[in-house]
Amino acid sequence: MANPVIRFQDVSKVFYRANGRGDLMAVERLSLDVAQGEIVAVLGKTGCGKSTMFNLIAGLIEPTSGTVSVSGHDPFRDFEFFRGKIGIVFQGDRLMPWRTALANVLLGLEILDAEASEAEVVARGWLERLGLRGHENDYPHALSGGMRQRVSIARAFAVEPEILLCDEPFSSLDEMTARDLRAEFVRLVRQNGKTAVFITHQIGEAMEIGDRVLVCHRPARIAFEARMTEAAREGQRQRIHEKILEVLSLDAPLGTTTDGGG
Amino acid sequence: MIGNPKVVRALQATASTLVIVVAWQVASGFFPHYLFPPVPDIVKRVVDILITGPLLVDVLVTAARIFAGLAGAFVLGCVMALLIGRSPRIESYVTPVLVFLQGIPALSWVVIAIIWFHGIEFRIFFIMVMTTLPAFTFQILDAFRSMSKDLFEMTMSFRPRRWTLFKVLIVPTIVPGILTAWKVNLGNAARVVVVAELVGATGGVGYQLLRQQQLFDMAGAIAWTLQLVLFVLIVQQTIVAIENHALRYRAVSERAM
Repeated sequence: MANPVIRFQDVSKVFYRANGRGDLMAVERLSLDVAQGEIVAVLGKTGCGKSTMFNLIAGLIEPTSGTVSVSGHDPFRDFEFFRGKIGIVFQGDRLMPWRTALANVLLGLEILDAEASEAEVVARGWLERLGLRGHENDYPHALSGGMRQRVSIARAFAVEPEILLCDEPFSSLDEMTARDLRAEFVRLVRQNGKTAVFITHQIGEAMEIGDRVLVCHRPARIAFEARMTEAAREGQRQRIHEKILEVLSLDAPLGTTTDGGG
Repeated sequence: MIGNPKVVRALQATASTLVIVVAWQVASGFFPHYLFPPVPDIVKRVVDILITGPLLVDVLVTAARIFAGLAGAFVLGCVMALLIGRSPRIESYVTPVLVFLQGIPALSWVVIAIIWFHGIEFRIFFIMVMTTLPAFTFQILDAFRSMSKDLFEMTMSFRPRRWTLFKVLIVPTIVPGILTAWKVNLGNAARVVVVAELVGATGGVGYQLLRQQQLFDMAGAIAWTLQLVLFVLIVQQTIVAIENHALRYRAVSERAM
């Protein structure tokens, strides 16, 4: 792949645990490339290391070995370089309870020192696009779960990031709301030409969203990869779904991934 | 209007205060007035203090001493809490000292201050700071540590500068703890300042209480005490008003606990 935006080269991540419980190998020698403008859906059982992969790309944790590079830089060390370049939609909405919906969307823009009046126009625009017009001054506790997650999507998009990371963002929502938000999310990503990594544990969601679906086994390593071309989406959907199910069923049960190193 | 919870609470508070006032007035009919002076005498003395310039100055001096002591302890407490919060090593050095300080009675600080320092105002300031510093530090540290990891990671994902992180996340996180710390320490400070003023001050509520004791004037003693209670109530209500405004984002259940 020429000039991937995200590149994992032989990356491992071990969490050292106290009390003699052994060290936890969350990611093992993972190599992975994500191209510019691609949406990659990462699928795996709970505890397979998907979120660790996510945190490595986001620069929230450092790999134990190997290299992670995003746009050619180390996301953990080049703190300044990534200001405004990565937008994250987390599993929970992670809204600041003391900020209104508008102020929550403004957060990233404030951090990036955007001019206040322009930032407000941008934030209001995103809230409107996500169907939250009239709720700008509501505090998070006054919004439904779906509305709060929309605010968090608006917050991630408002800073115009080059890369979007989503960690099971719709998992806590009802199916109808999740479906609507999923469609809205894909439309926004494609329309704005973003590169996105979407972590999920739902096969249908991964196949619907991803240009490529990666199935992870514990500790995070790629056990299966499917390109979701139009043809694949139309004609081979059932076959791919069954194959993913089969690969997932081969994954080791939770609790067998500890190295006895600790 | 009677169904309004605020009105109901005000009526309940008035009723319980009235019971105490009536009980005192009844007692004044059975006991000598130097033990239980009639309520109208006490009210007259309270009003006299409030409308007589030099006496009112004594109340204001005590108020200023409370504020100065609390402000000093608050600033120091903030600095110490942030240092402890940032470094486990500093915590292991400083926390035992604060716990030790917390165990020292206010009266001991009064004696130490008299021996160590000459200036009356500095003595009182020192006593106020030393008695309220540990509580301020621990309460602010607790508020700092209660900061949500999820919100921290979310904010860090935007890569804020240090000052911006402080402004957008740390300050709003610790504000509720700071307000609670002020409410708790205000009561403590009001008690400690009187002790500090009793010994060695030439003005203030504590000094006036000492004079009433020497004159065996119960109405005066109650009147001066009420000045302090009134001051604490006014400041508490001001803090509550600030709290209601600053924490207006909090959801309130319609069902009482």
